Amino acid sequence: MKISFTINGTQQTVEVVDGNTPLLWVVRDVLDLKGTKFGCGKAACGACTLHVDGEAVRSCSYAVKFAEGKTITTIEGLGTKENPHPVQQAWIDEVVPQCGYCQPGFMMATAALLDKNPNPTDEDIDNNIINVCRCGTYYRMRKAIHKAAELHALQEDSEIQNS
Amino acid sequence: MAEKKKISRRKFLVRGGLGTAGVLAVGAYVFRNPIRRGILEMANTMEMAYMGETKNPMVWFEILKDNTVLLHSPKVEMGQGSFTSFAQMAADELEIPMAMLKVVHAATSTGNIDGMSTGGSTSVPGLWQPLRELAATMREMIRTEAATKLGVTTDAIAMGGGVVSANDKSMTYAEVAEGVTEWPDIETPVLKPVSEYKFVGKPIPRIDLEDKVYGAPLFGMDAEMEDMVYGAVVRPEKIGAKFLNADTQQAESMPGVIKVVKEDDFVGVVAATYQQAENAKNAIIVTWEAPNNLQQEDLEKIMTVGNGKTTIIQKEGGALDDDDSEIMEFRSPIGAHAQIEPNGVLASVEGDMATVKISTQVVGITRKEVAERLGFEEEKVNVIPTYLGGGFGRRLHTPHAVQAAVLSKAVGKPVKYFFSRKEEFQHDMFRPPTHHVMKGKLNTSGSLEGLEHHFVSGDVGNNSALVPSFAPTILGADVGAIRGGFIQYTGVPNYRSVYWHVQLPFATSWWRSLGLLANTFAIESFIDHMAHKADKNAAEFRLENIANDPLSVRLKATISAAVEKANYTETIVNGRAMGLAASIDAATPCAQVAEVSIENNQIKVHKVTVALDPGLAVNPDQVKAQCEGCVIMGISASLHEEMYVENGELRPIIYGPYDMALMKHSPKEIDVVLLQGKDTPGAVGEPPLGPIGAAVANAIFRLTGQRLTKLPLKLS
Repeated sequence: MKISFTINGTQQTVEVVDGNTPLLWVVRDVLDLKGTKFGCGKAACGACTLHVDGEAVRSCSYAVKFAEGKTITTIEGLGTKENPHPVQQAWIDEVVPQCGYCQPGFMMATAALLDKNPNPTDEDIDNNIINVCRCGTYYRMRKAIHKAAELHALQEDSEIQNS
Repeated sequence: MAEKKKISRRKFLVRGGLGTAGVLAVGAYVFRNPIRRGILEMANTMEMAYMGETKNPMVWFEILKDNTVLLHSPKVEMGQGSFTSFAQMAADELEIPMAMLKVVHAATSTGNIDGMSTGGSTSVPGLWQPLRELAATMREMIRTEAATKLGVTTDAIAMGGGVVSANDKSMTYAEVAEGVTEWPDIETPVLKPVSEYKFVGKPIPRIDLEDKVYGAPLFGMDAEMEDMVYGAVVRPEKIGAKFLNADTQQAESMPGVIKVVKEDDFVGVVAATYQQAENAKNAIIVTWEAPNNLQQEDLEKIMTVGNGKTTIIQKEGGALDDDDSEIMEFRSPIGAHAQIEPNGVLASVEGDMATVKISTQVVGITRKEVAERLGFEEEKVNVIPTYLGGGFGRRLHTPHAVQAAVLSKAVGKPVKYFFSRKEEFQHDMFRPPTHHVMKGKLNTSGSLEGLEHHFVSGDVGNNSALVPSFAPTILGADVGAIRGGFIQYTGVPNYRSVYWHVQLPFATSWWRSLGLLANTFAIESFIDHMAHKADKNAAEFRLENIANDPLSVRLKATISAAVEKANYTETIVNGRAMGLAASIDAATPCAQVAEVSIENNQIKVHKVTVALDPGLAVNPDQVKAQCEGCVIMGISASLHEEMYVENGELRPIIYGPYDMALMKHSPKEIDVVLLQGKDTPGAVGEPPLGPIGAAVANAIFRLTGQRLTKLPLKLS
């Protein structure tokens, strides 16, 4: 079957044998976007988190057929070195990653949280950022999330002034 | 202490035209007998030297045409940050900016691989001397060559920023290297004093930071080759199940299936996509011979001090009499690695050549095992290591590389294959469960008269390809299980540590910090108990029982630093209590103070203060990152994680039920103090995992009067 969606700003149509194929494998193996990771295949770790219509989704357990007509963003589309997303900038400022494997999932979860809640409290972070990091970077991540919220606010201010 | 490591035999290999034209490659023979030295150093000092191999010339550095200097790292990057430290060390001696230096994993085809492994917190300490010597020698080779090209004496050459200059003329390093086929033979120069380094000792951001933040395809799981297909291998659920037979009829005709491969020891399938390979795998009906139906109670009975083979690893003075000693027992559970990137591999066998891309901590062993199975010369197998999505010791075993190579050979295409999460949990090489009996006796003035640690563990180092099979016989104890098991209170007149080894029916092996986590939990909880019995401050009690040899003095300094920085008190303040613990691992002392409260009958760790003495911190920010990571991984292992055996199966099989620390369980404050008790870099990646379990348990004792003696810690 054919499924069409927008991913990182580009319209894509993919041909899949089985519409129940997890979106993760279409993103990684068909579209060759390797930033979204496989961790557990059961939506239990969050390494595969990406955005579908702005919502954080664990793509290992999201059938590709449900992506029809949707807008998808992966870590590759969140920001670039030239124009980093505030979350990515904060992650760089706080030197968060260690092995780095789980980090795209955390950054995508954080970006989705900040969209809904631009200034999360520690409790909001605890309740919403529930991915698993084995290297134990949570301490720096928390600092980076608060930093990202500040950068996000600054960015919005300058956008308002420029418009 | 063993003799300090030296580059024993040096023969530089310098060639133009390696790989690309205009390249300068520098290599060296470094070491003679890696295995023997490795064992001795592990046994004597717990500090391992770099163990390069001697068979081939090794390429360390290349200068590319764009003036990039490539360092082919013999150690792998698994998050510990050593690539960044290597870059700092090399850039300082090469007189180049950090941005000019790129670190890549050495593949076995370039020869520069570590004969042992990446592990044991040895990467930076082990390469500290050889890497800087190589870089300095290369710098002088460039200087000499530049002098010839510019027609001046070497004294007239100035170097900086990746450029050589004399009078008004200048050349990049790449221009100097251009066209050179014979390089001058240079004596290794005297290294710069650390005080003159621009990068070493500074908190330089990780060199892999941007790649990791923008989602670059760095990992084994991201590797691809043209025409690649997917493999899967059937694994048993039961412990110790032996493969007998497989009915593959249904799988063979399933969509996408290219071939079902039956070997004597496993059955696998190759298909066009990952899902098709998994579906076909699940349709294969295997007959297993499952020898036992082990239950958790059976396991705890087996894992009891007094069972198995015993070795006294430390003894001073006489033994305590049980009748007038304090005795306390402790237990730790089976631990899983649970690294987020599953074990996986991409293998391609074409004719008599094999290429393997893999997240591995044992590049050389992976190559050897693949070559043996295929019947190839080792030189015909090129293992290309990738960045690791977590290592923690799990990737010291790579039999899946052998299986992928067999599958690839069977279908004539590159085959990628990786574990499901259930396979990860049931086929981990677990941290063995342990049982400890601590004994202690106070004299009339409330000082320790005797202290004993009796403990039992399964394999850690034994039965690993890293430790030769003769080693357990020579050394007695398992070199991994005893880490952290020694009594560090050697000011006590009578002390001993007695190790018992039990062979478990499932595989256990290296888990970050090895025996340290469980051993320190037992010893440091018990010391706290004895301090309480003596009615003494737990910090002062520790200090008065530690001896005055150099390492002990450094241990005392970390305890004092942690106590001071945390404002350690044994009074409960605002519902929070503090607990202290300290350990020495791989010659790096560490002390921690945990600030803990109980909320909704759950243990809550608010703040951890860490004092670590790693010697010279090449990158203080990354040393701190390792401390933070160890504290959080240690909280996860000490308060949350537990594998168990049920009806002959290891469980649980997924994150969640395998309860791990999440963001909400992480302390909001981790305050790290770095001491520098020696002038060379020491171990960093594991030592801070020692104290945390006991530090939290000791705080809980202050809060509740409950002495928790079992990991994971649970309030009754």
